[in-house]
Amino acid sequence: MNLKNMSTCDRSMALTGQPPKEISRNQKIATLIGLSGLAIILLAAFNVSFPNKALWLSISMAAITTGTIWFSWEAYSKKLPGIKNDGVWFKSISSQGFWGWIAGIALTTFYIVLYFYPEYLGLVKDGENKGVIALFDPLSRLLSGNPASQWFVYGTLYTVAILAFGIKFMWKYRHNRYERIRTMSVMFFQTAFAFIIPELMARLNGDKILNGGSLPYYDLKNVWPLNYYNFEGYRIKSFLSSGDIGFALLIFGILSVFVITPILTYKYGKRWYCSWVCGCGGLAETAGDSFRHLSDKTVKAWNIERWVVHSVVVFVTLMTTAVIYSYLGTDTSKYWLTKSTFLIGVAVLLTVVFTLVMVFKRKELQKDAQYGAIGYFVIIMALIGMHFFSGDGNVFLFKSETLRKSYSFLIGSIFSGVIGTGFYPILGNRVWCRFGCPMAAMMGFQQRLFSKFRITTNGGQCISCGNCSTYCEMGIDVRAYAQKGENIVRSSCVGCGICSAVCPRGVLKLENGPLQGRIDSNQVLLGNDVDLMTLVNKK
Amino acid sequence: MENIVIIGNGIAGVSAARHIRKLSDKRIIIISAETDYFFSRTALMYVYMGHMKFDHIQPYENWFWEKNRIELVRGYVTHVQPKEKQLLIDGSRAIQYDKLIIATGSKPNKFGWPGQDLHGVQGLYSKQDLDLLEVNAPDRETCKRAVIVGGGLIGIELAEMLRSRDIPVTFLVRENSFWNGVLPKGESQLINEHIEEHHIDLRLATNLKEIVADENGKVKSVIISETGEELPCDMVGLTAGVTPNIDFLKDSGIELGRGVKVNRFLETNVDDIYAIGDCAEQHEAIGNRRPIEAVWYTGRMMGETVAQTICGNKLEYKPGHWFNSAKFLDIEYQTYGWVFSERNKKDHEEHFHWRHATEKLCVTVAFDKDSHRFLGINTFGIRMRHEIFDRWLTEERDIDYVIEHLRDANFDPEFYKNYEHEIVSKFNTDFGKSIKPKKKSIKRIFNLKPQHN
Repeated sequence: MNLKNMSTCDRSMALTGQPPKEISRNQKIATLIGLSGLAIILLAAFNVSFPNKALWLSISMAAITTGTIWFSWEAYSKKLPGIKNDGVWFKSISSQGFWGWIAGIALTTFYIVLYFYPEYLGLVKDGENKGVIALFDPLSRLLSGNPASQWFVYGTLYTVAILAFGIKFMWKYRHNRYERIRTMSVMFFQTAFAFIIPELMARLNGDKILNGGSLPYYDLKNVWPLNYYNFEGYRIKSFLSSGDIGFALLIFGILSVFVITPILTYKYGKRWYCSWVCGCGGLAETAGDSFRHLSDKTVKAWNIERWVVHSVVVFVTLMTTAVIYSYLGTDTSKYWLTKSTFLIGVAVLLTVVFTLVMVFKRKELQKDAQYGAIGYFVIIMALIGMHFFSGDGNVFLFKSETLRKSYSFLIGSIFSGVIGTGFYPILGNRVWCRFGCPMAAMMGFQQRLFSKFRITTNGGQCISCGNCSTYCEMGIDVRAYAQKGENIVRSSCVGCGICSAVCPRGVLKLENGPLQGRIDSNQVLLGNDVDLMTLVNKK
Repeated sequence: MENIVIIGNGIAGVSAARHIRKLSDKRIIIISAETDYFFSRTALMYVYMGHMKFDHIQPYENWFWEKNRIELVRGYVTHVQPKEKQLLIDGSRAIQYDKLIIATGSKPNKFGWPGQDLHGVQGLYSKQDLDLLEVNAPDRETCKRAVIVGGGLIGIELAEMLRSRDIPVTFLVRENSFWNGVLPKGESQLINEHIEEHHIDLRLATNLKEIVADENGKVKSVIISETGEELPCDMVGLTAGVTPNIDFLKDSGIELGRGVKVNRFLETNVDDIYAIGDCAEQHEAIGNRRPIEAVWYTGRMMGETVAQTICGNKLEYKPGHWFNSAKFLDIEYQTYGWVFSERNKKDHEEHFHWRHATEKLCVTVAFDKDSHRFLGINTFGIRMRHEIFDRWLTEERDIDYVIEHLRDANFDPEFYKNYEHEIVSKFNTDFGKSIKPKKKSIKRIFNLKPQHN
């Protein structure tokens, strides 16, 4: 072979043919069935009035589910268990091609309508629903006894998507028990906790068991700051007016932030939430699985991620502090928690966390992370201080209501919905989790500094192939660590386990182990003699 | 400032460059005829299969090289002139060096088969081979059947690649069982079965006689030696091993065997010229290793070692315990220490073999018949922890200890089924022992010492 001559053709010369990317006939029929289910919803959106709504809704949901499941059965059942990524980069839907963009635009449009123009879905305030929302009325009445809202429609579709694509995912990874069990977990939490339980809880409203009060809509697995609204005034009032149950739920909400999350994150890393429990994660891992490889792996993207996501944490902290502050009183004789004790409490808590990290973990933070932490800490403290000493009606330069509304609009709707999910086929399936989710960032902070979780690199077995990095939905360059024989301890890792699954050489293992030696793994085992390795490890 | 020139931008050359940069401020130039940037050769298959784009198999972003002041030159080195301490690129452009590292890798073997240079006949080694494959076998309409000649690691990878595009594949293997010059027979048999599960037409103990051309000088069919059978095909993959890619050094005065001859310091017979990776040939084999090791990991190790020498810390190439891995279609294979096939096994080497009744899983442990010392392990479908086996080999553990503590070495993902009980009980039956498997111990695995602080 003469490399000299061959070097002139360093490009794909595929003029004669293209790799196969068509789907089978059965998959085409399955797609048609699935789309017919969506078509019923679309017709309803254009105010076609279906005579028997319960029946047509059932047909629609069944068609979507059957279509998806049959499609995946056709894709995976005839193949042996193993990695199923053949042709991922040839298919237009999964490689930012034409169908990818169409899907992205369709999803984005749906989210814009959902969040900002629910009337187009048929939402009628104080009257009979129309359109799509009316189609979902029978199911909503069955569960909660109330007519449907746009959020009920969304919740139902969301759950159907997680269940149908969850089954697809489990077939795809049927050789991998970690993936199967994890997927069953997200399917369960979505169906029970996010969908059914809150609807059933709504049935209790006005009941004497709640002392005649009514509970706010509460998905119990949604922890602040992901559900940034959990401690808003109207919700606190509802909790407190709903007897012991309401009070218990409020306490649970607080414990889940300050006790449950830190303990579980310490023991298992943030994956216990992000890829086992969370609904956003659940959708990303199931319906979004076909797009996981589209995440940006560059160092530049990583830098943007760190600044954006931590800014969201600061934003949500300020916003929540302002909101809680706004409804607290000033009279200590009425209630122990007043405006000023609350502000002092927040300041003390933040100072304690900041000091502990700076004293014990400073070495593990990069320079810019240290500056960022110091900068943000100073800003928050200054704002709290300014307010504390000036005592005007505005909290933190803005009215708390303005802060709340802008957070809800910018982060709650635009970021988590329109961009986070709408752009799945363009930016990958974890854009929200990676760049926007304050809950993920806070757990990530702990995961990086104080947790038993890591991805262990198996000595020197890495061949730098890049499957792990490519299929990392969080855009972590896993290979960069693995090829040096280093463990992967990154705050953004959601522990989905796919890097380990796609690795052809058995190099990666997600595990919980001792803190000792977790991060500073040395490159002992690249295969060389020990003398050389001591030299190589010298920094 | 010293001028270090490296020919070849594969794992060996790039490892050398990176480590020289870590240790020094020398000027570093890498010359490659193949690609602009370093890529992972072992991952070429995934590009064809659509798992990754070519960009993804480049381990470093393109800005990396300039940032680390590693100069990249695209061109084919035609002459090395040690007297002038220079080399010629594409016959003309001269580059001076103070120290030269040859890391030019391999090229596919061709054994003089009639028709081996026809259109549609190719090996699978370089980026150019990958591009060529897109021409020869883009889909099953263009390539109605492919024939692969040579049953080694590249052969089975090429078969997997072609099957990912539904191209029918006939796989000619000289041996009477797949890769049984390396694998013990139980394992080789397991892979035979798995190849057939993937609807690959596996022909064992079958040799290629000739490749037949059509009227355009393109492959039309192959003829099999044993039976004289003619198999129509549109593409032939030659995957019968590789040879060092060193033809350009013929008249340079550098001592050549099959590869570039080097001593344990990776020095050639000419001062200031070194050779590393696939193209280097040790005067004497190191331990059980072959004189030429065409393996990813050894390329990396040699790169790291030569960097030390070049930066003033003269160091012998002393690879640690042998390890390797591969993936046969869906089955992962790992090996630590030495497990030889029946063909190459020495008298004192005894094997314990376990295979799962239904799943494609098996383990072979080699040990010394007399001293009972653990020699090595092969695993198929079960991942093992490198660090643990490396430690056990260094500590010269005996076979009973390894069997008893096997659970510690398991590296499968969490929640995977464990087979240690089955394995241990088979061992007990085979060798009349009564070993009880020890539970997994975090303390032992992570080698935890009590903290003193």
